[in-house]
This record gives sequence, C-alpha cells and structure tokens, in this order.
Amino acid sequence: MENRITKLFTKKDKEILSLYFTAGYPELNDTETIISTLEKHGADLIEVGMPFSDPVADGVVIQKSSEIALDNGMTIHLLFEQLKEIRKHVSVPLILMGYLNPVMQFGIENFCKKCSEIGIDGTIIPDLPLEVYESEYKTIFETYSLSNIFLITTQTSDDRIRKIDGLSSGFIYMVSSSSTTGAKGAVDQEQLAYFERISKMELRSKRLIGFGISDKHTFQRACGYSNGAIIGSAFISSITGVGTVTEKVIQFMKKFD
Amino acid sequence: MNYQSDDKGYYGMFGGAFIPEMMHQNIDQLQNSYIDIIESKSFKDEFKLLLQDYAGRPSPLYYSDRLSDHYKTHIYLKREDLNHTGSHKINNTIGQILLAKRLGKTRIIAETGAGQHGVATATVCARAGLECIVYMGAVDVARQSPNVEKMKMLGAEVRAVQSGSKTLKDATNEAIRDWINNPVDTHYIIGSVVGPHPYPDMVARFQSVISEEIRIQLKLKVGRETPDYVIACVGGGSNAAGSFYHFLHEPSVKLIAVEAAGLGVETGESAATTQLGKPGILHGSRSLLMQTADGQVIEPYSISAGLDYPGIGPMHANLFTTQRAQFLNATDTEALEAALYLSQKEGIIPALESAHALAALNKIEFKPDDIVVVNVSGRGDKDMETFL
Repeated sequence: MENRITKLFTKKDKEILSLYFTAGYPELNDTETIISTLEKHGADLIEVGMPFSDPVADGVVIQKSSEIALDNGMTIHLLFEQLKEIRKHVSVPLILMGYLNPVMQFGIENFCKKCSEIGIDGTIIPDLPLEVYESEYKTIFETYSLSNIFLITTQTSDDRIRKIDGLSSGFIYMVSSSSTTGAKGAVDQEQLAYFERISKMELRSKRLIGFGISDKHTFQRACGYSNGAIIGSAFISSITGVGTVTEKVIQFMKKFD
Repeated sequence: MNYQSDDKGYYGMFGGAFIPEMMHQNIDQLQNSYIDIIESKSFKDEFKLLLQDYAGRPSPLYYSDRLSDHYKTHIYLKREDLNHTGSHKINNTIGQILLAKRLGKTRIIAETGAGQHGVATATVCARAGLECIVYMGAVDVARQSPNVEKMKMLGAEVRAVQSGSKTLKDATNEAIRDWINNPVDTHYIIGSVVGPHPYPDMVARFQSVISEEIRIQLKLKVGRETPDYVIACVGGGSNAAGSFYHFLHEPSVKLIAVEAAGLGVETGESAATTQLGKPGILHGSRSLLMQTADGQVIEPYSISAGLDYPGIGPMHANLFTTQRAQFLNATDTEALEAALYLSQKEGIIPALESAHALAALNKIEFKPDDIVVVNVSGRGDKDMETFL
C-alpha cells in the first residue's frame, strides 16, 4: 500500500498542518480521541509522541507532558494496543515520534513490524543519527514501508542537507531555529535567512517547519517557505487544563480555519 | 583485545554518538579536531605546564603504612584529593578549556553532581575569562552546598535543575538542552567519560595523567611500573578511566571498579549500573543503563552525589562485558565506614565517592606481597555535613 505521507503530498503540497502531542497526555486513554478529533478538524498529518524519561531535544512543555504520560502508565506496548483499530476510522498519515532507547528496547524490527501492521506511516527519532540509520536500520525501515524523517537545523551544512535530502522519504523536518522544542515564539531575521537558503536549494523532498510554531501567524509565515508546519508545544499547552480534551482540541483547531 | 575506542568512538558494542541533529555541528567539529588539537605540541606543552604549576601535579603516590598493616598487603594511595579544587576533575577541565579556546568558544557550560566538576570548571573559566554556567540537580545543590558557594565565588552561575530526580542525570539533560539552544558560542565541558564520541575518549585521555604518574612513581618506589591492583570508584567513571588507562593492556594488573550500591544492590535504591543495567542509550552513547523493560531510565540512588548516575561510561561497559575489569560495589554505610577509617588511621578525609573505592579493600583477598593502588579521587570537605 502507498505510504500515506507520500500520498498526502501528491494531493496537497501547501499549508500542510501537522500536530504533535504526547501519547498518554493529558489522560492515558486520550490518544484515539485526540487523533480522530484532530483529523475531523483539519489536521493533515499527526505526530504521536512516545514519551521518554529524558527528552533532551525537548523544552519544558513536552518534558512535562512526557513525565505525566509516563506517570499515567504510557508505554510503547500500550500505545500500539491503543492504536490497533485506528485505521478503521482514521485515514490521516500518522507518525510516531520518540527517542531511540525505548524503541531499541522494544526491538527495532519488532517496532517497525508493529507500525506496519497498525498503519503507521513514519517515524521521527531525534537521537538516531543519519549515519547509524543508514548503516544499521535503513533496510528494516524500508521493508516495512516506514518513512524515517530527518531533522535539519540552522547549523546543518549544505552538503549534509543534500545527503539528508537523498535519504529522505516522507519529508524533511526543518527545525526552525537552534533550539529545543517550544523555545522561541517569533520568527526572526536569522530564521528567515535560513528558510530562504533552504528554499533556494531546490531539494527533492517536501519540507515541514517545526519548533517555535505556535499560532496561525507563525504557521502561515513558516508556510511561506515550506510545504507546511508542525505545531507541538503550543498544542499540548492548549489541551492542558479544564474541559474535555475533545473540546480543547476543537478550540485549538478553530484558530486555523 | 583493544580496550580503547575505535575511530568512531566505539568500545566493542558500546559508545558511538547518538545525538539529535541539533548537536551535529558541534560534535562533528569535536570529532574531527580533538586528536589534532590535543596531540599538538603547543597544546601538550600548555596542558602539562598548567597541570604542574596550576593544579599541583604530579599528585603524590602515598604508601599507607596503616592500611597496609590492616589489610596485610601493600597499599598505595594516589592522592588526587590534593589537586587544586580537591579532586581529579581539574585534569579534564584544564584540558577542555584549552580546547574550547582553540575552537574559539566564549561560553562554557557544564553539569555537575557532587559539585567537584562544577568547581573545577568554574575555576578554569575564571582563569580563562570565559562565561561559565553550571547545571546542578536541585537535590545536589542542597546536599553539596559548599561547592555551590565555591562556584558562585569563582564567578560561575549555578542553575538548579528541577526535573526528574533532580540529580546528575537531570543536570546533564539540562546542559545538553542549553547546548542545543546555544550551538555557536558555547562549549560543553562534560565531566565524565560519558556522552557522545569523542567525549569518553577525550576525557579519558585528559585523565590518563593519573595512571601515567602511577607508573613513574611506582617504578621509583618499588622498582616496577605495574601494580597488582588498581582500585577506583565509578559513577560515570572518569577517575577510574584515568587510573586504568595506562594499564588497560597490561593483563597482570587487576582493574577493580567500585560502583555505588546505595542501600544495597537489590533494594531498588542503588546506582550499581553494571549489576542493574542493560545495554541502552542515554546522553549520546550506547552503554549499560539502568532502565525499565520499556526503556525508561530508572532514577538511581546513592548517598554520594558524584556516583548517583544511572549509566556508566562506554569504556567501562566494555571493560565489564569483556571482564577486563572486575566490578564491585559498596553501600552507603560501607563507604561511610571506609571514609571514617581512612580519616582516623591516616589523617586523610576522602570524598564520599572515593570512600567507595576504599570500602572495596574489605572485599578482596590480597596476598602479602601484592602492590595495591587505590585512587583517592577527591577530598571530603564537601561531604562534612553528610559525615557528621
């Protein structure tokens, strides 16, 4: 079957709205509700975070949601259990995002196999470097039709970006600035120069911009230089607090109508 | 067998560089330049001179009559506690600050557990005139307050870390996040033989002066360069790496690494990684790691802030797996008793970390003519509140 991420980009290559949330947050069993509500209200792509005890690439919001999700009892096993039936009613591309150690303990091959059975389309594993992926894991991921998404940052050299472009299926995740997730609000001059530099490279891969995208304004600004953007910390903050999670997701998505 | 790292930073199956892309540029630069820089003549000359005139090296190798009598063997204490700033940590920070200067970095960050590495980093930053920020778990800020005061007096900013168990692991997470947010001007001085390649190898090289000196000093004292035993405590493992370094390929030298058992290995309150851990990835390298079946890192426990870490350097993971080193452990109580014993028999108050190495003397059957070197990695001033 065709990978849903690839399929998405053939239908739509502008203003792709991707949302990230941590599985098991705010409540252990909110995963399916959040996914289906997001799809219903306009999300083009959804990244489901697998919480880790030591998320070094993440800022305070995702650290906190991960901690609570783990306290709630979230595990990769449980997440797969929760997502088992998801393809019966959700067709939006799904990406699992998390750190390498829990995936390694689950077993890389076993993990990829499970993803494929459920209908997961891609993975983002920030601490799995390109070189290790290429030499140890690439064939396994390809066997199970999983797109492993790589990150680039303001610091990534043109040569390396070309290499990542060559290895990417799905899209390239452009980290908007030199930062952990959620760290910066506004789009500044340095970022714009970086966005322009990448635009001019005419890469073969689609690009989504993430980190520091928080509202319609920053979203549209990012979309001017890419195929779309990813919102994580701001979305997680918005589903925190009183009210049902469904209502809060709808409230948040309304801002992007 | 080779017990050093290969050119990709692997010690057998352990090591490597498992880093987010945000750290790639800095780590790549270090990987490609560290050997050339630290092996250059100008670097070596400057490093050696500072170790001698600033840190006070060589540190003495002291024959302990009373411990030797008690254990009926020959015991030498490598006196890293007598270094400037009170521990072996200064060896590495001098090396890394010289490296940072050559890389043109102007801002230094570090993590610290017991505060010894934090003080050693603040010290070299003061001398070099560089901004210094030290991340320290909030629990450790409370239990090692003399070192916090020292860092502040030296001009460093100490940031108390409130996440996780609020100890060394969490301080390390926060330092990594700082580096991700400040990739251009900042160098991260990691204090132990942990982290992504090239840190484990680089820190081991800077600490290897310990075993280099032991060889020379033993030759003068007993006519041979190699002891029968070298004993050192292991948290991340930098003092052990330095003490073992020049003996790794001398099979006659028994290497003894001593981990913190906390309340006891089986109690759930322990930091004995080789006993409780399995292969995993934390802080940029594959090593042994205390973790749940689901791959979440388990919060360790030890009375000693410097050993309170759920992992171990990849070099040590390999020494354990290949059985090149023997791994023992000592409980909080055993370490406290060993600290008291050394204080009252030799007039040397060791750091709580080093006391774990001393406690291991009770767990080994020595022969009367054995030559045993124990690395006293630091002094106990910072631990007085715990001791009393």
